[in-house]
Amino acid sequence: MTRWLIRINNMLIKKPGDIRPSEITSKANYLNRREFIRAGGIAGGVALAGPALSAVVPAERRATLDGVSKSRFSTREKMNSYEDITTYNNYWEFGSGKFDPGRNSGDFEPRPWQITVDGHAEKTGTFDFDDFIKPYDLEERIYRLRCVEAWSMVIPWVGISLAEIIRHHQPTSKAKFVAFRALHDPERMPGQRRRQLDWPYREGLTMAEASNPLSILAVGLYGEVLPNPNGAPIRLVVPWKYGFKNIKGIVRISFVEKQPRCSWQMAQPNEYGFYANVNPEVDHPRWSQASERRIGAGAFAPRIPTQMFNGYGEHVAHLYKGIDLRKYY
Amino acid sequence: MDTVRQIRFIWKPIVFLLCLAPFLLVITDLLELTGSLGANPVENMLDRFGNWSIRFLLIALAVTPLRKLSGRNWLTRFRRMLGLFAFFYVLMHFLVWLMLDRGLYFTPLAEVLPLVVEDLTERTFITVGFAALVLLTLLALMSTDGMRRRLGRHWQTLHNSVYVVGILGIWHYWWQVKKGPDDAIYYALVLAVLLGLRVFWYLQKKHKKGPAP
Repeated sequence: MTRWLIRINNMLIKKPGDIRPSEITSKANYLNRREFIRAGGIAGGVALAGPALSAVVPAERRATLDGVSKSRFSTREKMNSYEDITTYNNYWEFGSGKFDPGRNSGDFEPRPWQITVDGHAEKTGTFDFDDFIKPYDLEERIYRLRCVEAWSMVIPWVGISLAEIIRHHQPTSKAKFVAFRALHDPERMPGQRRRQLDWPYREGLTMAEASNPLSILAVGLYGEVLPNPNGAPIRLVVPWKYGFKNIKGIVRISFVEKQPRCSWQMAQPNEYGFYANVNPEVDHPRWSQASERRIGAGAFAPRIPTQMFNGYGEHVAHLYKGIDLRKYY
Repeated sequence: MDTVRQIRFIWKPIVFLLCLAPFLLVITDLLELTGSLGANPVENMLDRFGNWSIRFLLIALAVTPLRKLSGRNWLTRFRRMLGLFAFFYVLMHFLVWLMLDRGLYFTPLAEVLPLVVEDLTERTFITVGFAALVLLTLLALMSTDGMRRRLGRHWQTLHNSVYVVGILGIWHYWWQVKKGPDDAIYYALVLAVLLGLRVFWYLQKKHKKGPAP
């Protein structure tokens, strides 16, 4: 039954070609977008995405980010389509089905948005989103994403270095972990009306993990503003860990002394750990993690072997030297 | 046309096509004629075939209680077909898993077999699902008129184990999701009601007969 609804829903969503020019940009959105681009550090042409990309994210929400530099950390693997990346998501704030975030986040307005930085740091406070990201360069990072459910994608994020953010806020020696909190707003996030998880969504990293050059806060996708189903306006991306570590819709970043408790870890501690490093040798209690299904490969493509640390071992393996990854999963 | 012929030549073909529709929709989605299977087609097929397995199982199990409650005895004529459709969807679910997920379609049996054995022995939810398949296969093979005659009163006893298939099937579903029962809880509730009615009627019958001497 739900599949029918999806199909009907997809038919109802307008394609870019169907949208009248007057519908394209409300003034408020336009201003937000300008601010964003200024924050990105580049004078800015706003270009609406062409019809080549999918219609799932409405055209009025789509804007190109300018001045995005390339990164040496990017993979050259074939990227997943914009459509796959924005319609197949785990973002339980908008529903627990894979298609739910794409369907239920259309009205979500990710502005205005504020981020609070607190805890053991010199520069704390509450910042408007644009001010928060202003000091940093936008970089494209094409990363593999490996979900704990044994599927994977290749995603061209646009993000800012988490290490630089941390440096900017000057944590004190007491700061041992970085804890993240997502927005809690059941009015705007229908999935939060069901208590499947203990809202708000929470995640955390050790200071060393958070300061790793691979760690970013993503604010864009495919050179555009981050779409709602992917955690607009700002989400964590740590590509050597399972997808659920990559908390979306971040509103709070705290420098803390003790290891923070994380959402999935709290929900099912024997299945989801704090570290959650991609590891083909440590199976999930209920399924194997040895291989994964690459999204977009189609129904008749074989699974591919999962790599240790999702293939990012050269950058992160040293963080876990001498740690029993079976115990600290 | 009398009722028996009407059921046989009009209603049965209609119900047959209705029961086949979810399968045909998966195929037409696979061929991208009616839509698509989405980003993860194998998962989509597994989900849909799995869900329809449980739905048809519950529908087939609901036939007898509905007949008793409504007095419409002709309902029984659809019971075997509905049960066999449950088996059909379980088989499709299993084949997609074996061929496309475990990869027998593109990988030699010698490589796939260890994976399958590992799954069947080490992953409880797969063991449970496989047990349901084996049991349901047995019931499907025993569903012919000939078998029914041959087995006599044992036939009904044997087919009562379809409730076990239902429990195993829902257990299998409940356990494979990341967290939370999801739809599985609704299936479990329906099964509990159906099983509860049977138990109630059984006790009522026993009570009427009076205690054993």
